[in-house]
Amino acid sequence: MASVSFQDVYKVYPNGYSAIKKLCLDIQDGEFLVFVGPSGCGKSTALRMLAGLEDISAGKLLIGDRVVNDQTPQERNIAMVFQNYALYPHMTVRQNLEFPLRMIKLSPKQRQARIAEAAEKLGLAQLLDRKPKQLSGGQRQRVAMGRAIVRDPAVFLMDEPLSNLDAKMRSQIRTEIAELQDRMGTTTVYVTHDQVEAMTMGDRVAVMRGGELQQLATPQDLYDSPANVFVAGFIGSPAMNIFPTQLRKTALGLLMLDVGDQRLAIDPAAISRYSTLANYLDQPLLAGLRPEAFSVADANPPPDSCLQVEVKALEALGHEMIIYAQAPVGMIQAEEAAGAESDLNTSTLVARLAANRNIHAHTPLALAVDVSKLYLFTTDYQAIG
Amino acid sequence: MQDSNIQLNRTDHSQSEPVIIRQRRKWLGAIASYLLLTVLALLFVAPIVFMIIGSLKPDSLVLTEAGTFKAFLPGQISFQNYRDVFERVDFARFFFNSLFITSMIVLAGLLVNSLAGYAFARLRWRGRSGVLLLVIALMIIPFEAIAVPLFFQVTLLGWRNTYIAQILPFVANAFSIYLFYTFFIDLPKELEEAARVDGASTLRTFFEIIVPVAKPVFATVAILTFLTQWGSFLWPLMVTLDEQVRPLPVAISSFQTLPPIQWGDIMSFGVMMVAPILIVFLLFQKWFVEGVASTGTKG
Repeated sequence: MASVSFQDVYKVYPNGYSAIKKLCLDIQDGEFLVFVGPSGCGKSTALRMLAGLEDISAGKLLIGDRVVNDQTPQERNIAMVFQNYALYPHMTVRQNLEFPLRMIKLSPKQRQARIAEAAEKLGLAQLLDRKPKQLSGGQRQRVAMGRAIVRDPAVFLMDEPLSNLDAKMRSQIRTEIAELQDRMGTTTVYVTHDQVEAMTMGDRVAVMRGGELQQLATPQDLYDSPANVFVAGFIGSPAMNIFPTQLRKTALGLLMLDVGDQRLAIDPAAISRYSTLANYLDQPLLAGLRPEAFSVADANPPPDSCLQVEVKALEALGHEMIIYAQAPVGMIQAEEAAGAESDLNTSTLVARLAANRNIHAHTPLALAVDVSKLYLFTTDYQAIG
Repeated sequence: MQDSNIQLNRTDHSQSEPVIIRQRRKWLGAIASYLLLTVLALLFVAPIVFMIIGSLKPDSLVLTEAGTFKAFLPGQISFQNYRDVFERVDFARFFFNSLFITSMIVLAGLLVNSLAGYAFARLRWRGRSGVLLLVIALMIIPFEAIAVPLFFQVTLLGWRNTYIAQILPFVANAFSIYLFYTFFIDLPKELEEAARVDGASTLRTFFEIIVPVAKPVFATVAILTFLTQWGSFLWPLMVTLDEQVRPLPVAISSFQTLPPIQWGDIMSFGVMMVAPILIVFLLFQKWFVEGVASTGTKG
């Protein structure tokens, strides 16, 4: 086991493309850290640099207290699980597990003991004499895990290891990996684009975008206190509704939040966590409301406590329903915050409501808003402190 | 009511006609294509059948029946021609020479060309694309164009009338390198990366991971090289002086220059020369087809 430290690490390809920009990140000994982000954000590159499969253009990479920039993958004592498993197709499961042990020159007796131990942990004992093509996707995934754990490495690296599995198997193996890591206590770095994997598996999650680390925090902190609009929009499904607004103080001293031509009364106590809010009154801002912040309004709601919308479409999921409504104001997508063009409809407000048979498409609806769940950002997409 | 019935019947009748015509056309098309394929197959097989039948006939009948249909009928079977070959020349010597030269070219070629193909496909080195382009360009240069300069080179080195003169110039082969290159470039990189992470060196990765996965392309290159080299005639004729190092194709030509010309003997020599090729092809046929499919090579 070992800690891992990225110290001002850069990755610049010969064509000038910067895949990683000034990555600073410390991973504790025994921690399960997940890199998450959209395609091309640099998460896999960071992992491959840690594996020794990509050169480091600048900065230092430490495993334990060793600088490993110039070390081969073998010298780094890491093990990796690849997205397509990369099992050796001509070898049996036993031979696949044995290969890394032969490379470190263990005696045949030690090798067989290690293989038996790994097979026991992962339920592979019955499959040892089969070849990869005779295994199901889930079994192949387990063999790939087995090949990683059999060496007892200092760090496990996993590059989207569940992306080739169906939803049910993914959920099952997700739990198995988390349990295995917990049992073995080996430092693990896991890459995924799936935020559910990131949130459920990681002790901490590093959100990446355009080669830069956006936020490093526990899953709950990412959800509760996103550092910027990108993280706010990326974490949580369906994504947070983010829209331009202004926070104004009325003559009576009440706080009002503009939502297009509608407004919401804000209880100052509900947003007391924003200590610098006074500086942003009457200034252009971005506001965020998660779909969970909405509920169906009572028959006679207090004034300025709900939004009047028209339901465009709905997805009934049994225990709850997702409402897609015409928003009173243009929405901002996380992709826009990342500087990318978004082709999503930006005038849709998404709400997650308790199942309700009285809600139908193309009908008006009053949505009550829990303003204690309001997020505020500056117009340059950073969270207000 | 009656009118509409009549209308309906007419419509049914007009719809059923094209179906029959279509079916008939389909059958005719199938018959025509099978006929064409059969004729082509007969054309390709005829010389081989002629050679095998001719080798079993008394020498006098081979030429006299050559222009008739009887050339393809065994008649009275005799192995005299085969006995004659062994009496007239040292067939075993020629056979050994051919087998040794071809096997050495195939084995050394597999090693050298696969490593070269791998270096082009996977290793990053200065000038790689330029050299690859050169290798591809070399494929279009016919051997005859370089035969004379090569002959001078071999003479200068004192290699005339040796095995090495017949082996070394043919080990590295641009076409084989290209075949290996196209196969390796399509292999998933993760296999090699997994081996690197597991602690294998580049060479060990190549021999323990890549070679077993690349069996089809190895078989393809082996067969293609074997076929080309087994029938090689011009170069051995240029660099060999006596029977000690001469391969089969040069030996068979001596039957046509040494009187009396015995066509039966030539046929039986031909049969014994072609047999190993057929055996090699049949042994590796499955891999060969796989290899051709995976490398996108034709023939």
